[in-house]
Amino acid sequence: MTRWGMVIDLDRCTACGACVVACKIENNVPFSSPDEASKGRAISWMEIISVKEKESNGFKISFLPRLCFHCENPPCIRVCPVGATYKNKEGLVTQIYPRCIGCRYCANACPYTAKYFNWYEPEWPEDMKKSLNPDVSIRTKGVIEKCTFCYHRLVKAKEKARVENKDLNNIEYVPACVEICPSNAMYFGDLDDPLSEVAILSRSERAFRLLEELGTEPKVIYLKEIKNER
Amino acid sequence: MKDRDEEILLSPIVRTGKKFYLFIFFLAVLVFIGYFGWAYQLKYGLGVTGLNRPVFWGLYITNFVFFIGISHSGTLISAILRISKSEWRRAITRSAEVITVIVLYIGTFNIILDLGRPDRAWNVIKNGVFEGRIYSPLLWDVFAIATYIIASTVYLYLPLIPDIAIMRDRISKRKWFYRILSLGWNGNDKQKRRLEVAISIMAVLVIPIAVSVHTVVSWVFAMTIQPMWHSTIFGPYFVVGAIFSGIAAIIIAMAILRKVYHLEEYIKAIHFNNLGILLLVMVLLWFYFTFAEYLTTFYGNEPMEMAVFYSRLIGKYAPYFWIMVISNFIVPFIILSNKKTRTISGTVIASISVVLGMWLERFTIVVPTLVNPRLPYEQGIYIPTWVELFLMIGCFAWFILFYVIFSKLFPIVSIWEVKEGREKMLEEAGERMKDYLPGPSGGVKSKKDLMQK
Repeated sequence: MTRWGMVIDLDRCTACGACVVACKIENNVPFSSPDEASKGRAISWMEIISVKEKESNGFKISFLPRLCFHCENPPCIRVCPVGATYKNKEGLVTQIYPRCIGCRYCANACPYTAKYFNWYEPEWPEDMKKSLNPDVSIRTKGVIEKCTFCYHRLVKAKEKARVENKDLNNIEYVPACVEICPSNAMYFGDLDDPLSEVAILSRSERAFRLLEELGTEPKVIYLKEIKNER
Repeated sequence: MKDRDEEILLSPIVRTGKKFYLFIFFLAVLVFIGYFGWAYQLKYGLGVTGLNRPVFWGLYITNFVFFIGISHSGTLISAILRISKSEWRRAITRSAEVITVIVLYIGTFNIILDLGRPDRAWNVIKNGVFEGRIYSPLLWDVFAIATYIIASTVYLYLPLIPDIAIMRDRISKRKWFYRILSLGWNGNDKQKRRLEVAISIMAVLVIPIAVSVHTVVSWVFAMTIQPMWHSTIFGPYFVVGAIFSGIAAIIIAMAILRKVYHLEEYIKAIHFNNLGILLLVMVLLWFYFTFAEYLTTFYGNEPMEMAVFYSRLIGKYAPYFWIMVISNFIVPFIILSNKKTRTISGTVIASISVVLGMWLERFTIVVPTLVNPRLPYEQGIYIPTWVELFLMIGCFAWFILFYVIFSKLFPIVSIWEVKEGREKMLEEAGERMKDYLPGPSGGVKSKKDLMQK
């Protein structure tokens, strides 16, 4: 069984924001006004958070792209009273929008604050409505949403492989953010295949996972050079 | 052939003044303000509140926890007093039990207010209960609160039956209504025995249910791994806080009823004194739990917990926190520990202070944790909007409205229980006293001797 995972090389990331934009376009993420965004209402499945780090001579700001980590052991799923958030058979943590009652318990249970809520009915500028992605359902107001690792792309890739009679274990599937990354800082693949790029990188000594001590076992792995200051 | 008890206790039902209708109208306006806020929120979405990411929960959940906490006044206290055969309970149990029943509905309604899609609330039953998703603490809440609503409604209704029968026989208005609700009560021995058994079964049943309800409410928070929510003492801490605010609510309600319905003969200074002592015990227990919770966090010095800790003690939420400490501990402790100040007005002031403090406690539990999530880069702010305040006002007005209407439909002091106390219990309590005393039949020679003392 494939275990889809992502590796993000923070030493290569330039924080250009291409992944953020690509994600929004790919997944029909609604727009929000600057006013609403300043209140913390903007939806951005992929978000670049800035981390202040202490250095010998002051501070350094470094950046960290944060998406849903599709934990092996996700705290959000257990608390959902209606089973709207669940781990599908591909191991991805996804959301059934028509079932969600909008209690936001999963959002509060997620230690990575990776979940977003539709505070209003989603809106797009008139011109953009025609370019919405037909593969991704549009959410209504009052439901939770988050990164799905572009699950629709996996479905499509599998369908394609089936039609072309190809090996289902060897399909072309990458999320939009990985595809667009101009500095090649993001990798995607099967963590269980010991020879895959992501598996090799995840074994690197530069690899770490966020809040690993919580035992959530995130499937997004970061790479960062270890500095020995002394 | 009306007797005095019936005359006094039924008078609020028989006579209704102009002032009453004015008050009802005033409350109805406030409730309408709440409904206006709700309609507005339903139309535009939860964006009209001050909630955001990461502060996904705010006033509605605070009020939910607060109201469910208040619900621990009536049924639980009344059950404990009944089981321990505390004779002073007779005049106050009814007014306390009503609080529980009404407040449970309002607390539950606050959850509906908080939902992004209240139209799908049925999914909790359809997808949650029927598909057996018992791992969600919110479902535990559904079960616990539903059980509590049923049990406390039955527990309110059972001792009400003989009084409804009295009203059926004595009062000329709404006869059909009382006839149906009295279930053909005529007060014969068989009925009385059955009622007694039923009440004592319910009194025992209600205690574990009440304790479980607020434990489960606390687990909604404690089962997550968020800093300062993930705490093992949350269950008992919430139950203690609930009983604490509950007793305070009873005292306030008693004082108002006594004044408005001229029940000075029934709700006496001794009731306020006794409940005041009970409240004092809860003050100390609450302080003990709070101290234990905060010291453990502080000593552990875990960075993510400390972020929440400091935001409560010296940060943005310090005003809420310190007002809570003053009004939950310092004010009631000073008033209630002194016999001279433990008067009716003293206990009422302490109770108002406690109710306010407990609301602040719920707020400081819900919000600061969400403002300081585990990933420290996602700081939040939370300022409630007018919609949330309107709905909060509406909920409080709704509670008072239902309480007032109940007191106009049914006697707020149990008539038959007061009568029973007067007629039978003086003797029975004397007999019971004998058992406590040393020697055969307590060393007391006869009933006459005892009565003369």
